[in-house]
Amino acid sequence: MIRWLLWIVGGLMLGALVHLSTILALPRTASRDAYARLVPLVPVNGFALLSAPTPETSVVPFMDPAFAVAACRYDLAKGPVKLTVPVSPAYTSVTFYTRYDVAYYAINDRAAGRRSIELDLMTTKQRDDLPEDEEVTSADRLIVESPSLTGLIVARAFAPEPSLMPAALASLRAAQCKLQ
Amino acid sequence: MRLLIGLVLSLVIAASIGLSSTWYALTQNLSFGALELGAWKGYPRNGTIGIDPYARAAIARNGELPVGSGDGVAFSTAVDDDGFALDGRCDVVVRGTTPPARYFTITLYTPSGRLVANSLDRYGFTSQELVRDASGEFEITISPRTRPGNWLPTGGIDSYVLMLRFYDTSLGITTRAGREAPMPLIRSTRNCQ
Repeated sequence: MIRWLLWIVGGLMLGALVHLSTILALPRTASRDAYARLVPLVPVNGFALLSAPTPETSVVPFMDPAFAVAACRYDLAKGPVKLTVPVSPAYTSVTFYTRYDVAYYAINDRAAGRRSIELDLMTTKQRDDLPEDEEVTSADRLIVESPSLTGLIVARAFAPEPSLMPAALASLRAAQCKLQ
Repeated sequence: MRLLIGLVLSLVIAASIGLSSTWYALTQNLSFGALELGAWKGYPRNGTIGIDPYARAAIARNGELPVGSGDGVAFSTAVDDDGFALDGRCDVVVRGTTPPARYFTITLYTPSGRLVANSLDRYGFTSQELVRDASGEFEITISPRTRPGNWLPTGGIDSYVLMLRFYDTSLGITTRAGREAPMPLIRSTRNCQ
C-alpha cells in the first residue's frame, strides 16, 4: 500500500515539474506568437505598416484601433540598428520586444522630445566595443541595449479621432530602422 | 512487474497533472501581480522585462504584443462591478473619471481579441472623442441599440471584453489600488434585448 502511495506522490511531483517546464518552454515553442505572425509581413531591418484591425482580421489580437502601427524586425548580427521615428501630431511611442515577445523597453515622444524619436539599438557587446571618448556616445545619442540579437520594434502613432489617422500613418511611413 | 506498473502509474499521473494544469493556467489567463481597480484588472509588469512566466506563456500563445511600460498601461474586464459577465444584448453603462494620462482609449473586443462588428464601424472611444458633463465625468452606454450620447454598439454579441488603455501616464507598477487611481464604474442594467 505504502509503495503505491509513493508511486503516486512521485507522479504528482513529476507532474509539477512537467507543468513548470512546459510553462517556461512555451514562449520558445509557440508557433503563432506575435513575432511569427509578423515574419511574412515585416522586413528585416526595415519598417512596414501593419493593416488596421477590423472585426474580420487583426494581425495580433487586442490591437488598439485608434493607433497606426508600424513594425520592424531587427537583426543585430551585422551591427547596431539606427532608429528614427518622426513624431506624429498627437502621440507617438516606440516599444522594443525581444524575439520571444518580452517588451523590454518603451519610450514615447515626451520622453524622447524633439521632432523625432531617434536612438541606436545594439547588444551589450556592441556597446562595450564603442570607442569611449567619441562624440557618438555623448548624451544626445540615446542608446538602447537589446537583450537578444533579434526582436521587434513597434512604432505606434495615435489618432485621437478618425480624421487624424492619415497624419498618424504619414508620420510612420517616414520611420526608419536600418543598419548603421 | 509491480515496479513497471508503479512506474507507468507515476508517469501517467505526471503527464496528466502537468499538462492539464498548464492548459488550465493558459486558458484561464492565470497571471500574477494584477493591479485591480474595481472590475478593471491591469498587469503593468507585463510591459517590462520582469513579466511573470505565466503571463509570458499566455502572451506567446495568444500572439499578443503587450503595451510597454514606458508607453502606457492596459486594463481589461469581462465583468461589471457586481461580478456579472458583460452581455452584449443588455445595456451597460460605464461612468466616471479616469486616472491622469495624456490620452486613453476604451475599446470593445470579442473574447479572442477581435473588434466587434457593427454598422457604424465604431469600436471604441478615445479620450478626445468622449462627450463629458460639467464635472468632467463621462458616461458611455454600451448597447445593441442606438443610444444618445457616447454610444458603443455591441452588435448583439453575447460576451465581450472591455479594454481601457492609458498612454503616457504615471499609473504603473508603483500604483496601489484606491484613491490615486479613480476608474470608471461599470453597471449592467436590466434593459436587455
